Amino acid sequence: MTEVTMTVNGKSVSRPVRGNELLVEFLREQLRLTGTHVGCDTSQCGACCVHVNGELVKACTMFAAEADGAEVATIEGMANADGSLNVIQQAFQDHHGLQCGFCTPGMVMAAAALLKDNPTPTEAEIRHYLQGNICRCTGYHNIIKAIMAASGQDAGKIAAE
Amino acid sequence: MPKDHGIGASTKRREDVRFLTGTGNYTDDINVYGQAYVHFLRSDVAHGTINGIDTAAAEAMPGVLHIFTGKDFEAVGGIPCGWQVTDRFGQPMKEPKHPVLAHGKVRHVGDPICAVVAETLEQARDAAEAIELDIDELPAVVNMAKALEDGATLVHDDLGDNLCYDWGFVEENKEAVDEAIKNAAHVTTLELVNNRVVPNPMEPRVAIGDFNAASGDSTLYTTSQNPHVIRLLMGAFVLGIPEHKLRVVAPDVGGGFGSKIYHYAEEALCTFAAKALKRPVKWTSTRSEAFMSDAHGRDHVTTIELALDADHKFTAVRTSTLANMGAYLSTFAPSVPTWLHGTLMAGNYTTPLVYCNVRAVFTNTVPVDAYRGAGRPEATYQLERVIDKAARELGVDPIEIRRKNFVTEFPYQTPVAVEYDSGDFHRLMDKLEAAADFGGFAARRAESEKKGMLRGLGINCFIEACGIAPSNLVGQLGARAGLYESATVRVNATGGLVVMTGSHSHGQGHETVFPQVISEMTGLEEHMVEIEHGDTANTPMGMGTYGSRSIAVGGSAMVRATEKIINKMKKIAAHLMEAAEGDIELKDGSFSVAGTDKSVAWGDVCLAAYVPHNYPLEDIEPGLEETAFYDPANFTYPAGAYACEVEVDPETGKVRIDRFTTADDFGNVMNPMIVDGQVHGGLAQGIGQALLENSTYDPETGQLLSASYMDYAMPRADDVPFFKVDHTNGTPCTHNPLGVKGCGEAGAIGSTPTVVNAVVDAVQSGGHKHVTHIDMPLTPGRVWAAMNG
Amino acid sequence: MYSFDIERPKSVADAVAALGADEAQPIAGGQTLIPTLKQRLASPSKLVALSGIEEMKYVRRDGDTLVIGGGTTHGTIARETAEHFPGLAGLAARIGDPAVRNRGTIGGSIANNDPSACYPSAALACGATIVTDKREIAADDYFQGMFMTALEEGEIVTEIRFPIPEKSAYMKFEQIASRFPLVGVFVAKFADKVGVGVTGASNDGVFRWSEAEQALGSNFAADAVSGLTAPDASDMISDLHGTGAYRAHLVGVMTKRAVAAAS
Repeated sequence: MTEVTMTVNGKSVSRPVRGNELLVEFLREQLRLTGTHVGCDTSQCGACCVHVNGELVKACTMFAAEADGAEVATIEGMANADGSLNVIQQAFQDHHGLQCGFCTPGMVMAAAALLKDNPTPTEAEIRHYLQGNICRCTGYHNIIKAIMAASGQDAGKIAAE
Repeated sequence: MPKDHGIGASTKRREDVRFLTGTGNYTDDINVYGQAYVHFLRSDVAHGTINGIDTAAAEAMPGVLHIFTGKDFEAVGGIPCGWQVTDRFGQPMKEPKHPVLAHGKVRHVGDPICAVVAETLEQARDAAEAIELDIDELPAVVNMAKALEDGATLVHDDLGDNLCYDWGFVEENKEAVDEAIKNAAHVTTLELVNNRVVPNPMEPRVAIGDFNAASGDSTLYTTSQNPHVIRLLMGAFVLGIPEHKLRVVAPDVGGGFGSKIYHYAEEALCTFAAKALKRPVKWTSTRSEAFMSDAHGRDHVTTIELALDADHKFTAVRTSTLANMGAYLSTFAPSVPTWLHGTLMAGNYTTPLVYCNVRAVFTNTVPVDAYRGAGRPEATYQLERVIDKAARELGVDPIEIRRKNFVTEFPYQTPVAVEYDSGDFHRLMDKLEAAADFGGFAARRAESEKKGMLRGLGINCFIEACGIAPSNLVGQLGARAGLYESATVRVNATGGLVVMTGSHSHGQGHETVFPQVISEMTGLEEHMVEIEHGDTANTPMGMGTYGSRSIAVGGSAMVRATEKIINKMKKIAAHLMEAAEGDIELKDGSFSVAGTDKSVAWGDVCLAAYVPHNYPLEDIEPGLEETAFYDPANFTYPAGAYACEVEVDPETGKVRIDRFTTADDFGNVMNPMIVDGQVHGGLAQGIGQALLENSTYDPETGQLLSASYMDYAMPRADDVPFFKVDHTNGTPCTHNPLGVKGCGEAGAIGSTPTVVNAVVDAVQSGGHKHVTHIDMPLTPGRVWAAMNG
Repeated sequence: MYSFDIERPKSVADAVAALGADEAQPIAGGQTLIPTLKQRLASPSKLVALSGIEEMKYVRRDGDTLVIGGGTTHGTIARETAEHFPGLAGLAARIGDPAVRNRGTIGGSIANNDPSACYPSAALACGATIVTDKREIAADDYFQGMFMTALEEGEIVTEIRFPIPEKSAYMKFEQIASRFPLVGVFVAKFADKVGVGVTGASNDGVFRWSEAEQALGSNFAADAVSGLTAPDASDMISDLHGTGAYRAHLVGVMTKRAVAAAS
């Protein structure tokens, strides 16, 4: 066991971790932040996406020990300070960008990372960016719309073209 | 103006808030105090005889609590099958025992042999590696035709062969169909494979067994579409626990698509182990385990013949299908290639004669069961592919040949048992022609050709049988369950309303849509209505969610229960206002006396029911709680017309879907936004099956080659376009109170032939006239090989 | 996963020292290794995580050479080589997905030499030099077949030096499930030669398609590839995603397209 200290959603936490403890296990089991999900074991589905030092990372493919000293953001920390949905979350609700909700935390984290680098992405750029996030419910249509809407674009118009 | 509440409004989903903030409660998010973990040691060979299992060394390893083997389950039942098909000769299907843990033999890669329970998951995995298995590997049968050959290796030795059943429908029509085909002006024949797919809801399965030693009650938390069905199957048929001592909870469930209907061995093991060890026992499937333990879908090999007269009217359809059951019969497996398949072989057409022969086959593969659409996609795929091929052979327009054969008068009694209550197939096609801009296709094709791409257009019509199903009918067909749904509606003293339903939402949005219906009926605001589902402890016995049945059957039960409540409240209101019951009207949440200005508020009636001081106690009971069980009078028959345009890269064979347009008839629509979403998701799954997904076994060894997302291609965001969907102005269902037909499966049913028709069109436009069919999935390699073969 | 300790050295020297322990194994970005560990296909006693070594994270131009630290992620390479070496930037920008690109490193990829990894094709086509904590190895000597390299036990790829071509491009035809290249071709045009590196296709791992190099050396045009005989299909990988003949055919198509796209 080694002791790690990191900032998770703005709060500093220190815990002992096993050498083989994945970041996602640390978040779900030690911190009880169960919004980060595990949907595969080959680093492809993206349900576990979080931000580490501002970058999108698959929490199932990184050890907790490697996040020592890092700033980690998860879905639980995404809402506005007053608890209301942030602009991306709200766009997902407004545009029905989720159904079963299981891939959703990863989708929201990926969308947030994309919009940080590329504030008005095209449809093609969004689809390309989401290569590592699999959704089985929505056919992606409304996820793409939601992300476009969150970036201030007229998603309905683009989808109808 | 679109409505902003009630039926027909695109009310935003209330459940989204918890899913978007990470506060959903999925089964793996539940940890029961003191829980132990189970790891399943699964077979790594497809077929073998178990000579011995030595667990001694493993039992002694750190943290190990117990290791279960097949012997522990000799005294209990096998995993039951819920549907008995009767074969062409009047004999019941063969139904081998499906043990909780393999006993005597292992029959597919992934068949569970031992369950190791330990303090931690890694300890359980460590111990599993120390178990010594003595297994003699046997030859595996994977290919269905080979499995039926004389002398084939037997999956179940005592059955004598690998044939589960040989089913014919409509058996009485067989000779007439043969005759019609012999005498036809033209017969088009097509052999095709409906590829095996893995449902892959994004949430893997989870089971947690818990046992309360004080009360003797067992609880199972599980990822299920139908907790009551699991309670009945596992309690009554496997473990012998009566329902009142067993609670099954299916909390937030991350998608199902059929694969979470079935009762699985892992559920029984966790429940059994918790009681045996007096410890909660948790199992969380990895994705790798899911590939070899979740029921797979489809896997049919079919020859279909379509007979036409000189005027291109369809005169007969004859099919011969091999349907893979896998190594054991999953819960509803036998019904899929039979009653959910043969009954749709008339399609949207007036074909007078149909005969389907289906032979179901055991193989050394994971069990196959219903997957989104279940039988109906297989029917649609064959029929719509063979019609397309016939149109090409005859040189006629694929739309015109379909229109010429459409059913136009309803109700319509098909030659395959079912009676369509309503529909308008020409109108669907009219809408599709306008929305898909067929007129602009030639110009778009020319543009593609300039880029060196081949453009194709595929169209398709389909009909489904949904809202499953009338119990007395399915009982005659072999179902061992009723297929009603239930709802209890409780109005509280202060006016809020709770619906406890046997339907289960795992993405469909019941928590939002059901209150819309209640709001429409009562005038209550939607936020005054709460939906409870997923826990057998607080919902009436219900059959759950699959077969596009939630709103059609579960919604109908809710309507009936709400009607009972309203009737009772009218009686109370009549008493309060000293008026005749027949004069009471409910509007905008208050009860009034017709023709007067007298009214009493909803809340006052509720309070009177629970504080019955001024109350006709001699006539009516206090309280406001009513239950209804609704058993549908018929299936519902959603239908659609779909169009797809693809571009094929002739150098690589890669297919890109450029546009996809749908016109669906779902009857009345409760929430258009949610219905759009259901169609989008179904389309992506169908496109996935058509272009990407394939569960592939090594034909010799029975090893699963596509056992992870590295080799099993899930549709991703850049595999699909924006979809153009329409479901306005449907023809209402005539036999349920909401006039609804169900929308969950349409996209998956209608899309596969649309895509394949489009690709064949594209490839032929490139001069490859010999390519009349390519089997799914149309991967780049297959399309390239077809063009260059 | 089996249980193991994890160590996070801050320097190459410390990493080399840590790797001296019995059954110690380096982990770079972990995007391949962690899934392998989950399947219990490896059982190190100790993982030495290279992700904390800042001195291995850099991209810089040194004359006609682009020098990249072994610990540099694909995402960083995609951003920071765009100006000087767009062909390599294009390759890096399409590896895996954004999350994978934020963790996976060029050193890890080169060290693993997965037959479907992207970078080895660029390294071979450009005649890159692989620098380790001990020595410098020419790309032609470094790649020795599927998952086989010239690396010795405990040796760390610290830097890769790419001669910058006049023009280059990478064309990847994706395997539909993993999105790894079914066939990936990197074409690099230098003043005096053309390099063509092919990944994903061959039973022998990444290779140089010398016929195409010669043809393109005298005429750097897509048409120059058209007349060539495709590599021998029997040398190509044949699996559920494509036959050897299909892969051999795609080598030609992707080479042609890479030439056309080269900038």
